[in-house]
Amino acid sequence: MSGGPIARLTGAVLVGATRLLVGGHARWQGCAPEPRQRIYFANHASHLDTVILWSALPPSLRRTTHPVAARDYWDRDPLRRHVARDVLGAVLVERRARRDPLGPCRAALAAGGSLILFPEGTRCGGAEPGAFKGGLHHLAREFPVVELVPVHLDNLSRAFPKGAILPAPIVCSATFGAPLGFDPAEPKHAFLERARSAVCALGRRIAT
Amino acid sequence: MIETLTILLGGVAGLLALASLAGWLLARRASSEEARALVANLNARIRAWWAMVAIFAVAFLVGKTLTIALFALTSFYALREFLSITPTRAEDHRAVAVSFYLFVPLQYWLIADGWQTLFQILIPVWAFLLLPVLAAIKGETDDFLARTARIQWALMLAVFCISHAPALLLLHIPGFEGRNFLLLFFLIAVVQLSDVLQYVFGKLLGRHQVAPRVSPAKTWEGLVGGGLAATAVGAALWWITPFTPAEAGALAFAIVASGFAGGLVLSAVKRSLGAKDWGAMIEGHGGVLDRMDSVSFAAPVFFHLVNYFFAA
Repeated sequence: MSGGPIARLTGAVLVGATRLLVGGHARWQGCAPEPRQRIYFANHASHLDTVILWSALPPSLRRTTHPVAARDYWDRDPLRRHVARDVLGAVLVERRARRDPLGPCRAALAAGGSLILFPEGTRCGGAEPGAFKGGLHHLAREFPVVELVPVHLDNLSRAFPKGAILPAPIVCSATFGAPLGFDPAEPKHAFLERARSAVCALGRRIAT
Repeated sequence: MIETLTILLGGVAGLLALASLAGWLLARRASSEEARALVANLNARIRAWWAMVAIFAVAFLVGKTLTIALFALTSFYALREFLSITPTRAEDHRAVAVSFYLFVPLQYWLIADGWQTLFQILIPVWAFLLLPVLAAIKGETDDFLARTARIQWALMLAVFCISHAPALLLLHIPGFEGRNFLLLFFLIAVVQLSDVLQYVFGKLLGRHQVAPRVSPAKTWEGLVGGGLAATAVGAALWWITPFTPAEAGALAFAIVASGFAGGLVLSAVKRSLGAKDWGAMIEGHGGVLDRMDSVSFAAPVFFHLVNYFFAA
């Protein structure tokens, strides 16, 4: 976060509105909110996901944690650009890039930051997250010291389904699970499926 | 009226001070693990009571607009809690959003405006007819009746019923002009005191559960002891109301009985949805609805009894 006074104000408004509308509190189940370098990866159901996961982190961690977000959505108007760049400190990637889309993520990790990643790529309407894309695997292999923390965002597809104009005030929460181990010998698709089921398992634990 | 209200709020603060003192003494004496947990919960409840009383005291003393706004916010959070643990679908989003963004503000605006006829039919008639249309347009028929009913129930309990408490400010009672805040105080004091006293009597004497599967904490001993004590306090408060002591006692009894019914019914709803508490907003108490469940039944009953027998 570049942290000017306007950005700090926008950030406070954003967190306040999130708390009022959807709560968005964190449940730290498998790990604690510590200042370690991490990739938080979560299911993706709505446009609010980025803001909710970011708001669920304690303020000290927000400063060093960068959501990975699609440039074609966040670069569309000055307000979104301001929120993405100055408030969230987002890493904007090209979804349909000919160049390497992971470049900005690598740069953020190399600079010591943490990432928020939605490995499904696009929002999925269903109850269970869709298949994970390969980016998480590449980053995990190239940065073995970074912890991989699964996060499940709950209720978001109800609060802000695809195509809705306004989010409905339904309480959402972010559940943080235990960090995932990485083994370079494990095949890519097996790792991605294991990461996906770690996120799903956190969701099922809430339902019971 | 302000002097009476100040005396009453001072009395409530005195009661809470006693409760805090008792909680502090109990915390020093608790020896077993179980007793410590119980006392810790009790003290969390007392602290939350201080906060809630402070918020309502400020609203009451500032006036009508802030009080109505405070109840609107209460309804907003109650509705949010209800719909959060209710299985709606993405197709219900429009009906849910309209409930929050249109019907909550409109209902309380009608009360602030004094439009009594429309405030009484807005949700039972207009929302009842409009919301299923919004869901039907989406074309999803699975579980349609149940989904529609859930949203309607949420709106009726969290908004319509609770809004009858501030609606007491609308009533014109001959010879009682300008003092309607005291009616609101009477309602809230009797409902909440009845809840607290039922809890205390239940913890001290409770043996026989009323409906163990619905609400294990509710016992006959708690209901009778706490209910009678709250009724007696209500009768003793007759001097702040337009009622005679006997009428005040009878109305307090109606509040206690309907409040108990509200607690029971909402507990059944909550458990049918698989939850123990409505939320975690108020420390020690659970959610807003855990505190407002009895108000949601008692407020309309008290409003209509007073309106029928006393209002011009």
